[in-house]
Amino acid sequence: MEKFTKHTGIGVPLRQSNVDTDQIIPAVYLKRITRTGFEDALFSAWRKDSSFILNQEPFNAGSVLVAGPDFGTGSSREHAVWALKDYGFRAVLSSRFADIFRGNSGKQGLLAAQVAQDDIELIWKELENAPGTQVTVDLESKTVVCGNIVAPFEIDDYTRWRLLEGLDDIGLTLQHEADITAYEAARPSFKPKTLPAKVS
Amino acid sequence: MAKTLAEKVWDAHVVRKGDGAGANAQPDLLFIDLHLVHEVTSPQAFEGLRLAGRPLRRPDLTIATEDHNTPTLDIDKPIADLTSRTQIQTLRNNCAEFGVRLHSLGDAEQGIVHVVGPQLGLTQPGMTVVCGDSHTSTHGAFGALAMGIGTSEVEHVMATQTLSLKPFKTMAINVEGTLRPGVTAKDIILAVIAKIGTGGGQGYVLEYRGSAIRALSMDARMTICNMSIEAGARAGMVAPDETTYAYMLGRPHAPEGADWDAAVEYWNTLKTDDDATFDVEVDLDADALEPFVTWGTNPGQGVSLSQAVPSPEDFGDENAKAAAERALQYMGLEAGTPMKDIRVDTVFLGSCTNSRIEDLRAAADIIRGREKDPKVRMLVVPGSARVRLEAEAEGLDRVFKDFGAEWRFAGCSMCLGMNPDQLEPGERCASTSNRNFEGRQGKGGRTHLVSPVVAAATAVRGTLSSPSDLDPAPESAAIRTDAA
Repeated sequence: MEKFTKHTGIGVPLRQSNVDTDQIIPAVYLKRITRTGFEDALFSAWRKDSSFILNQEPFNAGSVLVAGPDFGTGSSREHAVWALKDYGFRAVLSSRFADIFRGNSGKQGLLAAQVAQDDIELIWKELENAPGTQVTVDLESKTVVCGNIVAPFEIDDYTRWRLLEGLDDIGLTLQHEADITAYEAARPSFKPKTLPAKVS
Repeated sequence: MAKTLAEKVWDAHVVRKGDGAGANAQPDLLFIDLHLVHEVTSPQAFEGLRLAGRPLRRPDLTIATEDHNTPTLDIDKPIADLTSRTQIQTLRNNCAEFGVRLHSLGDAEQGIVHVVGPQLGLTQPGMTVVCGDSHTSTHGAFGALAMGIGTSEVEHVMATQTLSLKPFKTMAINVEGTLRPGVTAKDIILAVIAKIGTGGGQGYVLEYRGSAIRALSMDARMTICNMSIEAGARAGMVAPDETTYAYMLGRPHAPEGADWDAAVEYWNTLKTDDDATFDVEVDLDADALEPFVTWGTNPGQGVSLSQAVPSPEDFGDENAKAAAERALQYMGLEAGTPMKDIRVDTVFLGSCTNSRIEDLRAAADIIRGREKDPKVRMLVVPGSARVRLEAEAEGLDRVFKDFGAEWRFAGCSMCLGMNPDQLEPGERCASTSNRNFEGRQGKGGRTHLVSPVVAAATAVRGTLSSPSDLDPAPESAAIRTDAA
């Protein structure tokens, strides 16, 4: 995974709560078997509306999405993270993220930064008053800077460490393979196995 | 130390405790007992294994089926949509290459992954179950810790049979009392979501408790646990009891002989200790519940069916107000309209929430001997090929067909509209599924989440209705029912 330390880019105010992953990427795009090439799919239903924020300059070149509470609810589709990244987003700010979305972001190097709603409101106003304002997200100091606004954000320490180091999760776990093997040896015999297959 | 059910299952699966403590604690490494796989969230994970030259560690704890993207008509013909066909074929190739058991379209065990696991007896109390699908919470009905994961985690489980997880907080949902006739498990969970909100369960495992939960069947408990994710919780659980064991006994993969006895002895320990404490407790009065229905575009935007569409002004919070305004506009509804005056175009009976045999029986009992509103289209999609066969053996297919409903093959179907089963723009649907998001059932489609019996009553009257709104069924039909 690519390391994330600090990113600066145009902030995009998305004044909406409960942005579910069906809005981020509708199911019809989930038929693909690749992990890239989803930029056209991002918010595809909303992008048909010319007044949607990503259809306006300079927001269409944004890389820091500033959203309302409960971002990424619903379906577990990691495609939502892939689509945001493929479009060019490196960070999403919200006062509350759905658990699975936040986990998926951490695996893919998209920073999900939890910012207090009061600060989100200030950043929204700043971005709307001065479109094109750059937002800096600094993972080392856990702060967001937008114009004169300096706001702290929260992220769990483990995800922060993995992002800063760009570490691969599977590689980390396989360092403990002996523990996994020992656990497997002690599992009770009544636990089911899918093989050999039994059917009714 | 006294523990909750969730903590007991968690502790029994710790391969390695994370270093550190408190806010700085690293995640625990948990062993995964069962990994369910389907065509949509797995291709990139298999590809990841291939690129890294890693094997799939435990094919014997992994099972795959085809559900999200499969057609519910003409399943004996090649899938018409080329991208869909490619994705299904990719799953077949991957399962063959990595030695994963697969139940393909046309197989008697094919179906929605969350219906297939329990019916095969693979979902058991005290297990950890994961799947690249948020409705994996369904399996919590057995007292399993079951959660949805993303594709990176799917690859992680394939490679290591473990997951790195930070401990959850615990929330008790206490539902005491007795449900009135026509009120079901779906109404309980919709009321819970409306009460705690779509983010209320974030970071928690929910445990559903109380006399109303104990009285529910396994199919009904699965309905409740299924929608835990709609309250923001990754997992929901019900402690196993005699109802659970009776369901398990004799299933293909249930333990047998001495293993059964050992399993039951262990399962009996899977309950929250009397002196254990939850981080949060929420109470719901089952006696006061009415059939519930959503009016908006997230599952928390719901009211009792006897109420009216709320006004944005009813919400104090600015974000909730704005969300309500937007939802009413999308749904084409005016504040103050009685819910029961809302006319629908389509009724969908199906999805991992409500497509099991009891759901079909409950809906069939409502429509038997009655006539469908001629302007309403009704789609009945059993959760699995096995459920479909069971329903046909009971003659339920005839009840639905005589009524004028379409009797389809198994799959996720119109719950998410990945296959051809979709709403047209502006079409309104009473749906037994789990999400009423914008465009979920088809671009521009409008969804009202309801229980199977409300769906059935709505198909009769053409407007959102509860069974108690129906005129008595004609006597001749009643006699025919008794004879059958």
